[in-house]
Amino acid sequence: MSGNGHSDTQVDDGHEAAGGTESSGGERVVALAFAVAILAALGLTVVYSVGGQPQLEGLFLGLALAGIGVGAVVWAQRFMPNEEVTEDRIELASTDDEVLAFTQAFEAGEENLERRSLLVKLGLGALGALGLAAVFPIRSLGPRPGRGLKDTGYAEGVRLVTVQGAPLRPESLSPGTVVTVWPEGHENEADSPTLLIRTGAGKLELRQATVDDVVAYSKLCTHTGCPVGLYQVQEQLLLCPCHQSTFDVVDGAEPIFGPAARPLPQLPIGLDAQGFFVALGDFPEPVGGGFWDRGR
Amino acid sequence: MSTDGAHSVRDSSGNGQRHAPLTRRTVRWIDRRVGAAGMARKALDKVFPDHWSFLIGEISLWSFVILLLTGVYLTFFFEPSLEKVVYDGSYEALRGLKVTRAYESALDLSFDVRSGLVMRQMHHWAALVFVASTVAHLCRVFFTGGFRRPRELNWMVGVTLLILAIVNGFAGYSLLDDQLSGNGLRIAYNIAISIPLAGTWLASLFFGGEFPGPDIITRLYIIHVLLLPGLLLGLIGLHMGLLVRQRHTQFSGPGRTEGNVVGERVWPTYLAKGLGMFFLTSAVLAALGGLAQINPVWLYGPFEPADVSTASQPDWYMGWLDGALRIMPSWEFRAFGFEIPNPFFSSVLLPGVTFALLYLWPFLEARITKDHAEHHLLDRPRDRPLRTALGVATLVFYTVLFFAGGTDVLATTFGISINVLFPMFQVLLFVLPAAGAYLTYRLCKELAQRDQPGGTHHAGEVKEPAGGSGEINRREAAPEGAPEREPASEAAGKAQR
Repeated sequence: MSGNGHSDTQVDDGHEAAGGTESSGGERVVALAFAVAILAALGLTVVYSVGGQPQLEGLFLGLALAGIGVGAVVWAQRFMPNEEVTEDRIELASTDDEVLAFTQAFEAGEENLERRSLLVKLGLGALGALGLAAVFPIRSLGPRPGRGLKDTGYAEGVRLVTVQGAPLRPESLSPGTVVTVWPEGHENEADSPTLLIRTGAGKLELRQATVDDVVAYSKLCTHTGCPVGLYQVQEQLLLCPCHQSTFDVVDGAEPIFGPAARPLPQLPIGLDAQGFFVALGDFPEPVGGGFWDRGR
Repeated sequence: MSTDGAHSVRDSSGNGQRHAPLTRRTVRWIDRRVGAAGMARKALDKVFPDHWSFLIGEISLWSFVILLLTGVYLTFFFEPSLEKVVYDGSYEALRGLKVTRAYESALDLSFDVRSGLVMRQMHHWAALVFVASTVAHLCRVFFTGGFRRPRELNWMVGVTLLILAIVNGFAGYSLLDDQLSGNGLRIAYNIAISIPLAGTWLASLFFGGEFPGPDIITRLYIIHVLLLPGLLLGLIGLHMGLLVRQRHTQFSGPGRTEGNVVGERVWPTYLAKGLGMFFLTSAVLAALGGLAQINPVWLYGPFEPADVSTASQPDWYMGWLDGALRIMPSWEFRAFGFEIPNPFFSSVLLPGVTFALLYLWPFLEARITKDHAEHHLLDRPRDRPLRTALGVATLVFYTVLFFAGGTDVLATTFGISINVLFPMFQVLLFVLPAAGAYLTYRLCKELAQRDQPGGTHHAGEVKEPAGGSGEINRREAAPEGAPEREPASEAAGKAQR
């Protein structure tokens, strides 16, 4: 039916011409598929109307879509012209004359522009200046990355509190326990979670001041800043669940396994007059993942 | 009905067609204003070659359409806001909890909007299938040499589409402010600041400050629903436009030459099959959306900055980056107070090199093989053993990284210590691709050898110039001395002898 009368194409002989001569089996399949689609679509509206149910909705929607899909594909395969048609490819490249004509037209315009070269330069300058000016509003998107990356909420005398704001005494920590603490007034701030651990270990290799066998490390992994959430008491290890960096609690949280390259920063801690844990200052170095001028 | 109508439009006599007048009047009305009947006629007659592997790209296209349809529905309910509210919806386990509007509206979509969960899950499944079929389509084009001249530009458009698909997938599931995606965003933030010089600036501008930043969800939202879909849509249009202009490649076979296209006409057969494919793809996605749970954010809980769940896994297409982050040795470079942090190598440099090589591959291969000729006939992978081996090695490399992204899951599932798994993956990352390349090369040679006796029967037809194609063949004849000989011509040479 198609394929006749197209001068630029040819139809293979020997292929069955499409038409109404197919067995009624194919028609039955298509009819059945469309019927299933109709019923499934009706089912879908019923399910929705009586309150909806995700599994049934997915099932009926899937069936309705599949019915139409199967019907269309079988119809196309059985009853539509399936003969192989051969079409010549077009030459993609233009002829030399066409290319020449284009370049000449372009160059003619270019020469016209070049005659007023000062104006062209000024015009380009104006566009460039405008472009430069248009870049500045990008600066409004966020603040200069300054101290923010290097400071946390800790300072000398700031209490270490739970996420609910409760201060902690050494007595409230039994050996082998860990509590996530925050600088008072900065609870739940993303850069300040700190692990307060009563190690129960006799000897600690530490760089900062601490209270007995209690030690406070930043909870943010020095790899990509994930919370180092797993404390293995027996081995005295801290493990990051994201990329499995492992830190040695009794050895200043030095990384001993995984991709992290630096120890977790240790918070210098002491006790205030009421016997609560306080920071003796901020972390000595930025917490979390590294960045270009971290050491500056 | 429409078949008759279209037929009568072509057939100028058009007598006795019951529906013809209306169709013809409509066509005339439009044509008088745009004058496109000639072009439209050509479009209907266009020939597309048929091969099962050409359907992969089609699945990718249809998944994208489903993403648009379901995505628009979701935007009517989702609120990309970090404002804190108390959840009081119908999911009891979280009732009374302080959560963000973003998380709350995702829960409402899942539990309180009728048909919302099916739409949400269809959307997520469609995203997974979209990236998967895009990767599979890229593999098809790579292994069959479909990227060679004149299709280098379309290959680059395709690689861009893949990058945008991955980025938009990540942006999409990061919107919900659940525990899993919140930590994903934090990792993204730390990757951003690891970039030398510009990193902290980029992160601060994008997040609106230090992580988590006040603006990240609203910005990701507009990127996810407008900016990237718009770009994807435009580039898909360009991808298809170039395909139509350059016409589809085909495998060699009887009557198929470099100078022709053998296949089915667009109207009506190819279009009907294509639409059928759309409905079948949607059917699978709808069934998955209803029956297979995906991204159950109510189980993950809302994002809390000090919490993380174990066995956190990103969506599959981010797995290779997660794996690279994990098994990268703990190297960092520091000097004069400056440093290049560890994540830079695994998450900036590796993807940068990956996609740069993908973009450049058509030009690299042309330079290596000295084959700058136009190709419209696809290679069988076995006939290009070196390319096929390289492709397999690359796939194995990223597959190993993907599995390395599951070290914790593998450790708990199989009871293997991560102390064993990490060095094992570091070794496998280089051993398996090499082994894969070697085996693939051998297999290709073997298969090509086995083809020899039967190979002559179609080769004769391939070299036979038909009609106007002879000119192209002559002009674009492959230069002598290419490292890999054209197998068809080799076989044809034998036949002539």
